[in-house]
Amino acid sequence: MTSELAVETHTLRKLYGRKLAVSDCTLAVRRGEAFGLLGPNGAGKSTCVKMLLGLVRPTAGTGQLLGEPLGAVAARRRVGFLPEHFHFQDWLSGTELLHLHGRLLGMEAGRLRQRVPELLERVELGRQGRKPIREYSKGMQQRVGLAQALLQEPDIVFLDEPTSGLDPLGRMLVRDLIAEQRQRGATVFLNSHLLGEVEVSCDRVAFVKAGRVLETRDLRAPEAVTVVNVRARSVPRDGWGRLGIQGRRQDDASASDPAKGGDPPEAWRFELPRPELLPELLRLLVDAGAEVFEYTPRRDSLEETFLRVVGHEGDGQ
Amino acid sequence: MKSAVTLIAATTVHQAVRRKLVLMAAVACGGFLLLYGLAFAAAMANANNVINAASRLIQREAASSFMLLGLYAADLLTATIAILAASDTISGEIASGAMQTLASKPVARWQIFLGKWVGFVLLLTALLAVLQGGVMLIAWGFTGYSAPNVASGLGLLWLEMVVLVTITLLWGTRLSTLANGVLSLGLFGLAFLGGWIEQLGAVTQHVRVVQIGIVASLIMPSEARWRRAAFDMRSPLSAAVNFGPFTWASVPSGLMVVYAAAYAALALMLGLRSFATRDL
Ligand SMILES: Nc1ncnc2c1ncn2[C@@H]1O[C@H](COP(=O)(O)OP(=O)(O)OP(=O)(O)O)[C@@H](O)[C@H]1O
Ligand SMILES: [Mg+2]
Repeated sequence: MTSELAVETHTLRKLYGRKLAVSDCTLAVRRGEAFGLLGPNGAGKSTCVKMLLGLVRPTAGTGQLLGEPLGAVAARRRVGFLPEHFHFQDWLSGTELLHLHGRLLGMEAGRLRQRVPELLERVELGRQGRKPIREYSKGMQQRVGLAQALLQEPDIVFLDEPTSGLDPLGRMLVRDLIAEQRQRGATVFLNSHLLGEVEVSCDRVAFVKAGRVLETRDLRAPEAVTVVNVRARSVPRDGWGRLGIQGRRQDDASASDPAKGGDPPEAWRFELPRPELLPELLRLLVDAGAEVFEYTPRRDSLEETFLRVVGHEGDGQ
Repeated sequence: MKSAVTLIAATTVHQAVRRKLVLMAAVACGGFLLLYGLAFAAAMANANNVINAASRLIQREAASSFMLLGLYAADLLTATIAILAASDTISGEIASGAMQTLASKPVARWQIFLGKWVGFVLLLTALLAVLQGGVMLIAWGFTGYSAPNVASGLGLLWLEMVVLVTITLLWGTRLSTLANGVLSLGLFGLAFLGGWIEQLGAVTQHVRVVQIGIVASLIMPSEARWRRAAFDMRSPLSAAVNFGPFTWASVPSGLMVVYAAAYAALALMLGLRSFATRDL
């Protein structure tokens, strides 16, 4: 059971009093992958993570973290966590803070003396480590927080909106840090609103809406190609519906002016349920007499998927 | 994992030092003891040329009363500082989110709570030793008077302080800092008033009034510690004639001491439980 999955949950649920924060969080995160949790504000992402870490007690449901039941102290030895709204013992300096947290993790003093300066250097704080945290800027605090999450080279790192408050250089740093964790075989669990960031860093994402995990998507799989952009003249008005394909004209139909001699090609966008339909759609268009100038299949961007899964059916709650 | 408790206790003490809590407590204690010493010196100034035995007896009584007065005021100061210092520690860290980074480490919740408790008990034991010890030393320095039963008296005052700290930490697991401070101070005030009600009832021989006071002491057994301590440490004369400003007409029984200890233990257990089950 402990082998494949770093995180496994079944219908986790959380009620805060009478407020339903998470209604069904069912996830399976493989060891060594970078997993993203996406969803609108208030969807329940942070609550899910807190349930995994034993900070919040699930009202119902079960789960495992690194092969241990949720809330088990032992698993947390191998876990790193950067909370969403965090605040440190700000009367400590960065160095002291990392030493304290390292000791709470059970790290030895000798190891910490070597690891702490190394990490401070890595998050580009370097000599600032001696200053008290209360004098840090937001971004500097975020960097100490990241260092704190990576102290013992954990098997799994939870990052809840790690780039909030960071400048562009800081964001690149986060991206690199995530890549480094994956290189050494660690699992990364990322909550973020920045889809571009998630697209670069994650292997798989799950979409959460109103407390429910709706859909999981593999970002590395080639079969995610479902959208095709077409520029063509005399596109038939239907015929693809029977294949389960949706087509929509993108440009303004009234803009084509026959008086100018020769219509400009129309711009169309088709959504295919399966990539195997790509040749069939092209044949259908050509057989119907369309003059095809451009036929560009591309992946449905994460933003489009986000809008499709999360955006439409009702509001965020 | 006993070391996690030690580490958190040490951090609690460290925090009190860094946040100038210790410095400010030291300033308050210094001011208090200075004022007390000056007053004591003034009160005893013309006592040296008294030779006859009767006046020496009176002088002894004055020293005893004066010392108990000092202990009483010191006790109020310790209790207030205990409540103020302990009311922010857990609730404040939950509110700020600092607790999330602590509790996601491989330490059990009870270890965090117990570590904080140990840290505060240590800090306040030091405060108690300095304040109450200072008062006794001043009295002894000026008059050579030392109270009977010092150890058990101080032990009772210590127990009072432990009850207050434990209760304050317990509320801190569920209430905001401010609400916690108000509630804990309120309970302390209730016990304080209850103590005086019980006295009044005893002096005027109203059983009902005494009972009301006792109920208050059961709800919050802090003030009762003080009265027992004062009873144990009163001078032999006031013990004989059973009269003096700090001689109590109604003294909490030994059972009340056991009750207070059990009360503190229960509050500690409830606090551990409450903190272990709450969402952060
Ligand atoms: N302590 C709490 N008490 C009551 N309700 C809460 C509490 N924490 C969160 N909630 C509610 O639970 C829901 C989910 O919150 P959560 O913080 O998990 O969302 P999120 O997906 O992380 O949002 P965001 O993207 O804004 O960070 C929200 O509706 C929120 O109001
Ligand atoms: Mg969140």
